[in-house]
Amino acid sequence: MKFGIVVFPGSNCDHDCYHAVKHVLGQEAAFIWHANPDLNGCDALIVPGGFSYGDYLRAGAMAAISPALTEIKAFVKRGNPVIGICNGFQILLESGILPGAMIRNKDLRFICKDTFLRVENNNSKFTNKFNDKKLISLPIAHAEGSYYADAEELKRLEGEGRVLFRYADKEGNVSNDTNPNGSLLNIAGILNKEGNALGMMPHPERSMESIVGNEDGRLIFESMIEAVS
Amino acid sequence: MKKAKIHVMLKEGVLDPQGKAAHKSLESLGYKGIEGVRIGKYIEVTLADDADGDRDKLVREMCQRLLSNPVIENYEIEWEK
Amino acid sequence: MNKEITKEVIAEHGLSESEYEMILSILGREPNFTELGIFSVMWSEHCSYKSSRKHLGTLPTKAPYVVHGPGENAGVVDIGDGFVAVFKMESHNHPSFIEPYEGAATGVGGILRDVFTMGARPVALLDSLRFGSPEHPRTKYLVDGVVSGISGYGNCVGVPTVGGEMFFNGSYDGNILVNVFCLGIAKKDKIFTGICEGVGNPVIYVGSKTGRDGIHGATMASGEFDEKSEEKRPTVQVGDPFTEKLLIEACLEAMKSDAILGIQDMGAAGLTSSSCEMAGRGGTGIEMNIDDIPRREEGMTAYELLLSESQERMLIVAKRGREEELINIYKKWGLEGVVVGKVTGDGLFRIVEKGETVVEIPVADISNKAPIYDRPSKRPAYLDALQNFDTDKVAEPKDYNQTLLKLIGSLNLGSKEWVYQQYDHTIRTDTVTLPGSDASVIRVKGTKKGIAITSDCNPRLCYLDPYMGGAMAVAEAARNIACSGGKPMAITDNLNFGNPEKPEVMWQMKEAIRGISDACVALGTPVVSGNVSLYNETNGIGIYPTPTIGAIGVVEDIKKCVTQYIKGEGELLFLIGSNKKSLAGSEYLSLIHGLEKGTISPLDLDTEKRLQTALLAAIDKEIIRSAHDCSEGGLAITIAESCMSGDKTFGAEVSIEDDGRIDNILFGEGQSRIIVSILDKDRNILEELFLANGIETSYLGKTGGVNLSIRVNNNQTISCPIEQIKKAWAEAIPSYMA
Repeated sequence: MKFGIVVFPGSNCDHDCYHAVKHVLGQEAAFIWHANPDLNGCDALIVPGGFSYGDYLRAGAMAAISPALTEIKAFVKRGNPVIGICNGFQILLESGILPGAMIRNKDLRFICKDTFLRVENNNSKFTNKFNDKKLISLPIAHAEGSYYADAEELKRLEGEGRVLFRYADKEGNVSNDTNPNGSLLNIAGILNKEGNALGMMPHPERSMESIVGNEDGRLIFESMIEAVS
Repeated sequence: MKKAKIHVMLKEGVLDPQGKAAHKSLESLGYKGIEGVRIGKYIEVTLADDADGDRDKLVREMCQRLLSNPVIENYEIEWEK
Repeated sequence: MNKEITKEVIAEHGLSESEYEMILSILGREPNFTELGIFSVMWSEHCSYKSSRKHLGTLPTKAPYVVHGPGENAGVVDIGDGFVAVFKMESHNHPSFIEPYEGAATGVGGILRDVFTMGARPVALLDSLRFGSPEHPRTKYLVDGVVSGISGYGNCVGVPTVGGEMFFNGSYDGNILVNVFCLGIAKKDKIFTGICEGVGNPVIYVGSKTGRDGIHGATMASGEFDEKSEEKRPTVQVGDPFTEKLLIEACLEAMKSDAILGIQDMGAAGLTSSSCEMAGRGGTGIEMNIDDIPRREEGMTAYELLLSESQERMLIVAKRGREEELINIYKKWGLEGVVVGKVTGDGLFRIVEKGETVVEIPVADISNKAPIYDRPSKRPAYLDALQNFDTDKVAEPKDYNQTLLKLIGSLNLGSKEWVYQQYDHTIRTDTVTLPGSDASVIRVKGTKKGIAITSDCNPRLCYLDPYMGGAMAVAEAARNIACSGGKPMAITDNLNFGNPEKPEVMWQMKEAIRGISDACVALGTPVVSGNVSLYNETNGIGIYPTPTIGAIGVVEDIKKCVTQYIKGEGELLFLIGSNKKSLAGSEYLSLIHGLEKGTISPLDLDTEKRLQTALLAAIDKEIIRSAHDCSEGGLAITIAESCMSGDKTFGAEVSIEDDGRIDNILFGEGQSRIIVSILDKDRNILEELFLANGIETSYLGKTGGVNLSIRVNNNQTISCPIEQIKKAWAEAIPSYMA
C-alpha cells in the first residue's frame, strides 16, 4: 500500500510520517509537493503537522487554499482514507473537509506532552485494529488545538459517532482536568461524515517505536492499511 | 476606495483566550469596571489603481475565502479614500 | 554616502584612536564612512575576539575524531558509521534583554544557520538561560518573553528543543544570558565550509531581503548597557522562522548537488562578515555589486546593506555555470537567490555601487590585522574576603523537612517542565531521553547510536573561584553525559563575562579558560567551537562569570541509555564517587541564608575521570537502573529528584553515616558525586567495579513507600511524603509565572 505525504512550505512532520509508514511499517511512501500534487497511485494520504506557511494569518489557512487541497478534496470524495495530523487537522478544518475550527490553547501557550486518549469508536477506518483497546497515549505539540464548533455541529458529530478521540486521564476518564487545551467536549480527533477523513491533534507518527515512547500510534496507520486492503 | 481596512473579530460566543488574558491583566493593573476584552486582527489591503470591478465585493470575497474564518470569525471593512 | 569622519564618528563606531591609526596604515588613506563601518563591526569584540583570542588559543582543540575545530561555523566530530555531529553554542544576550521574544528567537535562528551551513540537518537544541533575581521587576517579563521566543522559533522550524538550564541570580538583573546550543548530524563526506574558492566563481545571496534591522548589533554586543539601552530597540532583529525552515530545506537540497563550494550564514555583521570571512579562509578576494543586493526598503545605502543583520540570509560561492540550477532550488522553496558578485584573485574586499568602487580593503588585513589585546588582569581584591568566610558560622536549620521543601520549590531547583513543555521536544521522533534528565539523548537514525547532549555551568562557583568553576562546568557536563550512558567526546564553550577592560573581569576570564582547558585535557573532551560574549555589565555591575559548556557524547547502543529517575520499588541507592562537599557555593547557602561566600569544595580531575569511566562500564553491563549527577542542591535534593522526576513517583528509606554539620551532609555541594540505583542482585558487581577504579561507593538505602525518609547518623532528619515534595517541586515555576 502507498501513503502519500503532502508537503507544504513549513510542514515539519513530513519526514516523521515518512519514517513511520515507510521504515517502521514497511509500506510504500511518497512525498507530495503541494505545487504539483499528483496523487496517482496513492492509496491513502497523510497531511502532516508543522507550520504550513508559517501559520501566519491562521493555522492552516493558506495551505487550505492551495492547489493541493483541490486534489485532496477529490481524493476524499473518492472515498480514500486521509489523515490530517496537528497542522494537517487544522488544514482539513480550514478547507472545509472537516467541520469546525481551531482556536488558541486556553492558556495561550504551546504545549508539548504525552496525553491519554479515549477511543470513542473502534470501528472506523482509523481504529479497526484497536480491538478492545479503549485508551491510547500519544504526544501533542501545538499552540492552536482548542477545537470549536457550534452546538448543532457538536451534536451532529456526537450523534454520528464521529468524535474518534477525546483527551482523558490514564484511567480513561474524560473531564475538564484532562483537557490540555480547552477543546470543546475534550475533542482530540474527529471524522468527516463519510468516515474516511480523520483530523487529530495528537501525533501518532511519534509513537511508533518503544525506544522513543510507545507504539500506540502504529494502530492508527495499521487500521488505515486494513481499511484499504 | 484604495485601501481596505479590515477588522477580523472572533464571533460572540467563541472563547477568546487572548482577550480573557488581557482582561485579567488589566484588572491586575488596577483597572476596575471592565466588562470584557476581545482581541482581533487588523488587516490592510491596498488595491492597485487599475484593479477592476466592484472593489468592495472583491475585498469581501477575500475576507470570506482567506482573511477570516467564517466558522469562528466576523469581519468588517472600512475604506480609506 | 560620504559622511565626514570626525572623532565623534569614530568613537560612535566603538573604535579607539589607536585602532583608527591602524586603519589609516592599512588603507594608506582615510577610510570613507562605509569602510569605517566595516572596520567597526569586523573589529568589534563580537567578531574579532580581540580581548579573548590570546587566551582562547590555550584551549585543547584536537582529538583523532575532531574533523573541524574552532574557526569554522560549527565544530565537527566523527561519531562513526559515516556520520558526524556538528554543534556549537552561541549567545544572544544583549538583544534578548532589550526585546526578549525576538532576541531569543533570532538567537535560535542564528545558531541553526551556523549548523546547517555546514551541511548538517539540525536535530536538537538546548537553551542555557540566566535571569535576574525572581524579585526583580523585569524578571518575569523576561522569562516569559525568552521562553516564548525560543518556543515560537524552534517549534516552527521543526527542531526539537530537548533541554538546557535556567538559573536565577541577582547578578543577571541588568544582563540576562540566552545561550543556545544546536546539534546537527551530517554524512562525514558531505561537510560544507564557509570558504571562497576559484577566482571568477559566482557569489550568490539567498534568503530574505535585507532591511535596516540589526544595524550595529555586533557593536551593541560589544559595549556595556546603561539606561539608554532600551532605546536601542530598533537594532534588534526580527526573526521569521517560516523563512528559516524554507532556508534549511532549500540549503540541504542545494547541497545534494555538487554546485556549492562554500556557504555561510550572514550572522553578526551580516553581509560584511560573511563575505570577509569566506574570502579570508580561501585566501582570495571578493567583489560584490551592492545594487544587486535584495532589499526590503528603498533608499538603503551601501553602509546599511553591508552592516544590516537582517535574519535568514546566506551567502554561497558556487561553481561557475551552476548558478541557475541553485537559484531554481531556492525558487522552488519560495526564496530569492541572486548572483551578487564573484570571487577575485586580488585579495581585496571590494564593493561596487552604480559602477563605482565604494569600498576597497585588503581581506587579510581586516581579519589578520584585527587588534589583539593582552588586557591587564588582576585577581579581584574582594575574593580573599569572600573565600575566607567561615560557613560554619551560619545557623543550622531546625526543621529539615521545611528546608528541603523550600529548596526544591525554589526557581533554581524546581521542575523546569513549565519551560520545556512549551518547546516541541519530540518532533523528529529521535528523542530517546526526554528533557528532565541529566542529559538528553538523540537517536541517530540508521544506526544503533545516540548522541547525548547537555549544557552546564554553575555561575556561583565561577564567581567564588573562576578556575575551579570553569573546570567544574566541563566536569559536570561530562558527568551528565556519562550519567545518560554517553561517552563524553567534545565540548563547545560560550564564555559570558563582564567588561574585559576591567582587570578583575579579565582575570575571571583567564582563570575560567585555564580551568576549562585543564578539565578538557583531563577528561579528553576538546573544545571544537565556541563563542565569547563580553561587556555583560549594566551601570558598572557585571554578571557572575558564566562560561557555559555544551557537551556531546556518543551512546553506542541507545537501548542502554540511562535516565536519572528510579524505576521501581526495592532498588538500592548508592552514592558513588567523592564525598567532598561544602556549604560554600551551595544553593542552600544562597537561598536559605542569602550568602554566596566561602571556599568551595575543589574538583579532582583524576577522580572525576575514573568515576566517569567506571560509571560507563557499569552502564554497559546494564546494572545501573538510574544515575543522577549529585550537584546543585546536594545529596538530599538529588535523591528527591531521583525519586520523583520520572513518570512514577517512589519513596525511599535512606540512612547516611557522615561527619560534620547536618546541613552540609544533606545540602552541601561537591564534585564527582553520582547517585545511582541498582537491583539488589547487582550489588557486588557494582561495588567491585567501582573499587577496581579506585572509586568509593556508599550504600544509602532502598526505594519504596510513600515517604522520603532520611536518617543522618541514626537520627530521623527528613521524613516527608514524596508527593508533597513533588508538588512543591512541580509548582515552583508555574506559581511564580502565574
